[in-house]
Formats: sequence, C-alpha cells, structure tokens
Amino acid sequence: MNTFELLEYAAWGLSAFLGLWMLIDMLRTDRSYEEDLLTSSKEGEIEQSPVSDPAPERDR
Amino acid sequence: MAQATASRRQKRISLLRVLGPGHVWALGVGIVLVGEYMGWNFAVGKGGAIAALIACWFAGLLYTCVAIIDSEVTSTVAAAGGQYAQAKHIIGPLMAFNVGLFLVFAYTMLEAANAITLGHLVQTVGIMAGFENSSDKPFVVLTIMTLAWLNYRGVYTTLTFSLVITAIAFIAICVLFFAVQPWSDAYVHHDQLLTELPYGWLGVLAALHFGMWFYLGIEGTTQAAEEVRSPARALPLGTMTGIITLLIAATMTWYVCSGLMPWEYLGQSVTPLFDAARLTNSTVLMVLLFIGTIFSALASANCCINDASRAWFSMGRDHYLPQVFGAVHPKYRTPYRSIVFLVPVALVFAYFAPLDQVITFSILSGLLDYTFMAINVIMFRKKWPLGSIKRGYVYPFHPLPAIVLLILCAATYFAVFLGYGTQLIAMMVFYIVASLWFALHRYKFVRRGEQFTMPWPKPVGY
Repeated sequence: MNTFELLEYAAWGLSAFLGLWMLIDMLRTDRSYEEDLLTSSKEGEIEQSPVSDPAPERDR
Repeated sequence: MAQATASRRQKRISLLRVLGPGHVWALGVGIVLVGEYMGWNFAVGKGGAIAALIACWFAGLLYTCVAIIDSEVTSTVAAAGGQYAQAKHIIGPLMAFNVGLFLVFAYTMLEAANAITLGHLVQTVGIMAGFENSSDKPFVVLTIMTLAWLNYRGVYTTLTFSLVITAIAFIAICVLFFAVQPWSDAYVHHDQLLTELPYGWLGVLAALHFGMWFYLGIEGTTQAAEEVRSPARALPLGTMTGIITLLIAATMTWYVCSGLMPWEYLGQSVTPLFDAARLTNSTVLMVLLFIGTIFSALASANCCINDASRAWFSMGRDHYLPQVFGAVHPKYRTPYRSIVFLVPVALVFAYFAPLDQVITFSILSGLLDYTFMAINVIMFRKKWPLGSIKRGYVYPFHPLPAIVLLILCAATYFAVFLGYGTQLIAMMVFYIVASLWFALHRYKFVRRGEQFTMPWPKPVGY
C-alpha cells in the first residue's frame, strides 16, 4: 500500500466519521426536543432574546 | 394570558443573527470566485479573447442589474430563502415553488461541480507525485462531508472560514496581476496575442454562456437575510461590494491570462490562472495560485451548501415541502435537517454525473432565477410604489435595469441553446413536471394565510 492509498483510506474514514456524527447528532436532537419546538422558526422574526438555547425536553 | 403568551414566545427557535457585511461579501464572492480560477476561459474557446472580454462586460452588466435589483427587494423582504421569499410575497405560490427549486438545484449542482474539481486537483497532485493509480472519489466525498459538517455546526464559523479563504484567493489574483507588471511588456504581450474575432459576432454570443462564470452566484447573498444582524444595511453593502470585487477580479483575470497565453490554448485550459502563474516561472506565484484555486473551490462549495439549505429550509417552513425540513437545530441554530438531506443529493451528482452536465444544470437554473428577478422587481414597484413601504435601498433608473436584465437573459438563453439545447429543453420539462406536482398535490398543504409575513399595506389595485 503506497502513501496515496493511505490518504485515500483516511479520506474515506474521515468522511464516514463526519457523516455518522451528523446522523447521530440529528437523531439525538430529534429525540430530545419536541417537533413543535424544532419547527417553531417564523419568517421575518428579528428579536433575539426569546430564542436563546432552550433546554432539551427531558431536562424540563 | 400574558404569561402563556410569554411562555409560547420562549419556546421558539430561529436562525442565529450573528453575521455582518463581511460575511455577506464572503457569501457572494465566495461562491463565484472559483469561476475566475476555472471555467470563464471556455468563453475564449467559443469566440477568442476579445469575445471573452465582451462577454465579461455584458455578463458584468447583467449581474450588476441582478445585484442592484436584489439589494432593493432583499432590503425589504429580509427572510431566509432569498428570491423564494420574494416570489412568495410579490408574485405567488407557484412562482415561489419554482424559484425555490431553481435556487436549490443551482447551488447543489455548483457544490457538486466544486467537489469534482477539488477531487480532480488532488488526484492530479497524486499523479504528478508518481502515484499513477490515484483516485479522485475519496476527496470528492470528503469535500462534501467536511463542508456539510461545518455548515451543520453553525453559520458564523462557516462563513468566517469562507471569508478568510475567499480573501486569500482574491489577494492571489491581485498579486499575480501586479507580478506580471501590467505597465510594461515584460510578461504580457497583448499586441501579439490578441486576434480579431475568429468566429465573428456569433462567437461573441456563444461566449456569453461562459461569461456568466465570472459572476454566477452573487445573488446568493440574500440567503443570509435571517442571519445578519442588520439586513437593511448589511445585505446591500455586502452585495454591492461583492459585485465590485468580482468586476475587478474578472478584469484582472482576463488581462493577465489573455496577455500570457494564445487564445487557442487559453480556451482549453482547465486551470487558466494557475497556468498563467506557471508561465511566469515563479515558484512562489505557482504555489500561491494553486492555493488560490483550491481555496476558491472550497469557498464556493461551502457557500453553496449554506444557500441551498436555507432555500430548502424556507420551503419546508412554509409547507411547500414536508415541514420536517423547516427544523432549526436548538444548539447550533442551523437548518440541520435540510443540510443533511441535501448531502446525498450532492454526492449522487458529484459521484455519477459528468462535470459539464452538472455545471450546465446549475447555470440554467441560475438563468431562470435572473429572469424571474427582472419580472419580480417590476411587479414589486407596481404593487408597492416608492413611499408605500420602507426600503433599505432604492435602485436607480427603474425600470431600465430590469429591462436590460431581461434582454441579456434572452441573449444568454440563446447562447446556451447553441451549445446545450437538449439540456435546456430537458430542464424545462423537469420544472414543468415539478410545477404540476406542486399545483395538483402539494399546494393543499400550504398554509396560505401564514406565508405572508411582511408587515406591508395592501398592494395597489387589490
């Protein structure tokens, strides 16, 4: 196995890791919060204060 | 009652308003600058170096119209989704659905094209280093996954990253321009290399197709509308400085490349700016322009993911698509489901489709979007004349820029038809079928009353 093949395997490995990270985080987030909360964004809203990091459903 | 209302208000998540005019500049220029590093020079192949310069100016005029028109409408309709949100408020749902699709496909296809290019560059380096069997595919996939992950984690880091690498890529073009000493004939020889129009004025018309590459994507600045701290100021400022940067970069690129290479070679080159650096025999310039090429492709793919996901997210939020896509991540405050959903779409095109087909689909979707923008601004001024609503920016000489934009779009459609007539027709069929699906099936899910969010008075005549 040459150096470039090692780089190719590293690229595949890193891609798989990042893809899995996003998928796992997405599933965790979807299970931790209510769907109504996750889809509560409204177009044209400008205020900042009411939207700062809400606690997960299980913590409330 | 007041407590209940406050409680409901506290349970709301929206995109994070953290961006400034510099990020908007990076979003606009970052998508486009790769067109200076590769692609624009096919205009030279179509009609010679002079034809490419004329195409550069005409496309520059087209995009200046796009930028000023977009700045006025977006400074008023400050919503993620950009032109989709504009269409929804000004023209109607079917137009909005189509514009949303134009945006998503234009950006996702461009993202795929950039990933293919990056993979090809890494593979070329591998072959030059003596690894004959090196493959581009792992690096194509890695590009898409890494940038999607970055976008997933937050908009501020994503666009700050784009700002830095776009600035480096732009500075690299400036350094090359001054290094070839344009005030002397030490390097550039326009007097010997510039020829008459080899294919006449038809060549100039055909060159328009690729002249668009100098600027394609600048209109994406509007997608940041819900994430900038001051939309009315930052969006026009970022967009205008962006188009000025691109006009300067396009002119410098043309000047350097056409003065160093004969048009027959320049028209075929894969990386014209890098080739120009090689012709100076300077290792520093070669390394700088290679880095610029890599950074410009990375920035473009990065900004494309940002824009495509905002357009998809907005359509989901309005129920034009399933509402699940309208979700915002509670921690990172990004449209995370839209980002993840579009990853396999980009991967499929990057992995299986030929580069020229992917780029043509992107250009045609962009062209349809520009045609919409000209019609949109005329209707906007008619329904809400100056003084009836507050505007952050008012574009000059209305309706002349809109009419010029329509004429230039018509000329460019013809130019694209000359080279890619089948793709143009196939794409029109695709959008007609999608429109039928929306009108006959999907529209019943749209909450018609809730989608109009701007606090405007009734339009004139209604």
